[in-house]
Amino acid sequence: MNQAKHHKAAAFCRLTPKQVNSPSLAGVFVAALKREWQLQVRRKGDLINPLVFFALVVVLFPLGVSPTAEILAPVAPGVLWVAALLAVLMSLDALFRPDLQDGSLEQLLVCGYPVAPLSLAKVLVHWVLSCLPLVLLAPLLGIMLYLPWQAQGVLMLSLLLGSLALSLVGAIGAALTTGLGKSGVLMTLVVLPFYMPVLIFGTGAMQAAVNGQPVLAHLALLAALALAALALSPWAIAAALRIAVSGE
Amino acid sequence: MWNWLKTLYHRLGSPKWFYQITSKWLPWFVGSSLLLLGLGLVLGLAYAPMDYQQGNSFRIMYVHVPAAFLAQSVYMMMAVAGIVLLVWKMKMADVVAQALAPIGAIMTFISLVTGAIWGMPTWGTWWMWDARLTSMLILFFLYLGVMALREALSPQETAAKACALLAIVGVINIPIIKYSVDWWYTLHQPASIKLTEKPAMPASMYLPLLFMVLGFYALLGWSVLLRARAEVLRREAKSGWVRELLKDK
Repeated sequence: MNQAKHHKAAAFCRLTPKQVNSPSLAGVFVAALKREWQLQVRRKGDLINPLVFFALVVVLFPLGVSPTAEILAPVAPGVLWVAALLAVLMSLDALFRPDLQDGSLEQLLVCGYPVAPLSLAKVLVHWVLSCLPLVLLAPLLGIMLYLPWQAQGVLMLSLLLGSLALSLVGAIGAALTTGLGKSGVLMTLVVLPFYMPVLIFGTGAMQAAVNGQPVLAHLALLAALALAALALSPWAIAAALRIAVSGE
Repeated sequence: MWNWLKTLYHRLGSPKWFYQITSKWLPWFVGSSLLLLGLGLVLGLAYAPMDYQQGNSFRIMYVHVPAAFLAQSVYMMMAVAGIVLLVWKMKMADVVAQALAPIGAIMTFISLVTGAIWGMPTWGTWWMWDARLTSMLILFFLYLGVMALREALSPQETAAKACALLAIVGVINIPIIKYSVDWWYTLHQPASIKLTEKPAMPASMYLPLLFMVLGFYALLGWSVLLRARAEVLRREAKSGWVRELLKDK
């Protein structure tokens, strides 16, 4: 009784209202994951287009360079990686724009929870839905480019690790250019220089696999890049989203 | 001294004060850059001894090396200006960052072009996928990215903060890019020419280089101040002091 009275009195003194039933950050993170999953699964075009883009770019090379195995096989690691990198970049363009247009991005910024984990949820779902299909498609295109069999596993593994880093770093560029109507070329210009380390280690791993050398060092460095991006880029994405939405 | 610096820093946040104080600094930058560049050029081109291997072609070093110095340090300055803008919300920092970006891009371009011209007589090729050349080229693209972002975004405050963030992200990434490119180069082919090994130079060769480097920095200060002052006038065009200033002229 006495305690209830105390509570009532305190209610008038408290500057910030007590949050009733406020879910924990983990709960909000899971909710954000679910929401992203539902939204992105329903945008089927955005999921399929990068895959078609990946396949088309790869098909250009036999037509443009040479269809013979002697020429295609040595350049296959680079071609596959560059095409996959561009496909990831293209798929990121529409990551934040629909949310900005329907106002839910503003809600995400004012909801009182840290923005960085919530934007990370967005990127992670995008990685699972857009990049994992790329990883699965890659060996098929590898066969078409006469990539040696022993490099196929490394191709998938390096793309799996690399695409996480690419998605996270590219999302910074996507967030910076969210406010623009169309940003394809600008985003490419801003983000591509940051992609070069990932490309170097990704193709390095595949060259090593083709030549029968150990690949662990390259893959470890790729994993290091992915983890560093995982730790650092959510903060940059959050700051970029704040700038894009409210100019702060 | 510390207090004096703090007062100076806070005052520099005011566009009017910035404009007034830099008009006093400007002649010093002009004088020192003209003096140092003149001294360095005359000593380097006329008095420095010929290189025993490269002949006279090494003299392009007196432009190439200072430009490469500036290309890298201007990006750092841009990132520092970005931190000042994002942390202390000082708008003048963005004016300086905006002035720095094209100068950095031009310096990177100069160092690439002079490197190519130098490469022809010494290496026998205009371009080599050397680690240093490649990371310089990537730096050039980083500058272009920052400039393109500023061009595309509006209003100005949004563009300023976005560019500041991009410059900071770039500074974190530059060492990673640098090391990965070094790694890539060593993977592909053995180094035939090492730019990193400094040949033992006599004083008559490196003193002009020192003058040129200092002269380039003074030139940087001069051109940044000129560009920043013009930008201050443009941004503050509606304020009273700018109108009064322009009325006099």
